[in-house]
Amino acid sequence: MPDIAFKWVAAAAATMIVVLIVLVGWQLYAGSRMSVAKFGFGFLWSSEWDPVQDKYGALPFIFGTLVSSLIALMIAVPLGVSTALFLTELAPIKLRQPIVMAIEMLAAVPSVIFGLWGIFILVPWLRDYLFVWLKRYLGFLPLFQGPIYGVSMLAAGIVVAIMILPIITSISREILRSVPDLQREAAYALGATRWEVLKIAVLSYARRGLFGAAVLGLGRALGETMAVTMVIGNRPQISASLFAPGYTLASVIANEFTEATSDLYLNSLFELGLVLLGVAIAVNILAQIMLKSMTGSGPIKVN
Amino acid sequence: MKSTLVTGVLVVCALAVITPLFLVLYFLLVNGWSSIDWNFFTQLPKPTGETGGGMANAIVGTITLLTMASLVGVPLGVFGGIYLAEYGSDIANDWLRFAADVLNGVPSIVWGMVVYLMLVVPFKTFSAYAGGVALGLMMVPLVMRTTEEVLVLVPQSYREAALALGVARWKVIMVIVVRTALKGIATGVIVALARIAGETAPLLFTALGNTFWSHNLKEPISALPLQIFAYAISPYDDWHRQAWAGALVLMALILALNITVRVLSRDRNKTH
Repeated sequence: MPDIAFKWVAAAAATMIVVLIVLVGWQLYAGSRMSVAKFGFGFLWSSEWDPVQDKYGALPFIFGTLVSSLIALMIAVPLGVSTALFLTELAPIKLRQPIVMAIEMLAAVPSVIFGLWGIFILVPWLRDYLFVWLKRYLGFLPLFQGPIYGVSMLAAGIVVAIMILPIITSISREILRSVPDLQREAAYALGATRWEVLKIAVLSYARRGLFGAAVLGLGRALGETMAVTMVIGNRPQISASLFAPGYTLASVIANEFTEATSDLYLNSLFELGLVLLGVAIAVNILAQIMLKSMTGSGPIKVN
Repeated sequence: MKSTLVTGVLVVCALAVITPLFLVLYFLLVNGWSSIDWNFFTQLPKPTGETGGGMANAIVGTITLLTMASLVGVPLGVFGGIYLAEYGSDIANDWLRFAADVLNGVPSIVWGMVVYLMLVVPFKTFSAYAGGVALGLMMVPLVMRTTEEVLVLVPQSYREAALALGVARWKVIMVIVVRTALKGIATGVIVALARIAGETAPLLFTALGNTFWSHNLKEPISALPLQIFAYAISPYDDWHRQAWAGALVLMALILALNITVRVLSRDRNKTH
């Protein structure tokens, strides 16, 4: 009898996982019913966010989330994959441990501390040096035009890039390590140079897995709230310039949830949360599928 | 020639990855150290405009919330991990693991919204309970996966020997298997704690934050990340200074947890 009871306790705990997923989805749906009923699908491409007139639309936030995450990926994926290559292929063993430890420590820094550092150290430097430089030399592109405030889409992209570097690097390392030595040896045997071995034997073999690592990083980037809120400028407008302030799905919820004055306002924020949840989960599932097909032995543990 | 160029590029990339860490830690130390004094750990936040004051309630609040989160996250996670490791079929367990990974990908702010609807709205109050539950639910997937991993490592012969001696199945699991893997389970729990100690978003509308002492878990409670956030976006220099100090204390707490994990893991490697 105690055996059966114990098994059911354990089973109940395990099924809680599924219950929680359903609960999360259900609560967000229940909390957003009013705005879904009022705005329908038009919510997703309306760019009006007017609490005074109770008119809400998700487009600026979807745009902000996608653009800041994309910038983060464009910075973090090349850096992360290159570092993973360095660690698995080129680094002397004694050098590997300290660098890996440094990357793990980077992963341990909380979002709000990155935000704090972002506001007081990164943004002033961007405003006075990097953005000025970018405007002077690349100002012909609409991406780098417009007034420089410091807090901007690009600043958010840079901070999020720093935050997703550890996960991209560590997953890429695992992927690269799973490339069989036979591939490398075969390439060397055919007379390839070191770089050619990396390019032909390692990278092309690991391509799907590395792509999965990038998508996993995207999943993390989409959910980043605090650091983004503190450096993105929090302005619900779509702009072509990277120097312009923006707003992401997570940031607007964090900023305006406790200030929401009307029920429709709160419901709209819940609907934004539903959009965010849907996109984040879809991206995560995609990443898991890609990584599983690469390593085969089971889903990668997401740390 | 090309190979050396590529090697150089990769070295530069590795440096670029670890530089942000040092930049953050350096400024954290430089800006935060001077503000850490006895007042910081014992005083409450002062009203705007007055200098001085500390984050005593935030530090106590963080510890309180972490304790409550453990009460929720550890039983669910450990028993879930026990189920995955000891019971269940292969297919069902694969789907459960997949579900755990999906749950892990839920953004932290969404957790805050869900617990708001579940625990704040019905009871009409922001509370430490809500904050603790939000953090605890975030812990569940992490603890479940790490528990399963260490339980699977316990040799099958232990279980078989115990069963052969007539020990009940549940006793085999609790007294022998879990006991053997206890250090690994504890490590997993501490890793999860280190991860949620810095979380701000789920607390924004559950625990809400408090500039006074909380005398009751049904009241809003302060936490280090919340206080750091509130101070950082404020327009007052004195509060900025304290935000840096708070960030330094938070980082020290997280580092202490991580070092504990490392120490626990190292002993395990030596004896096996």
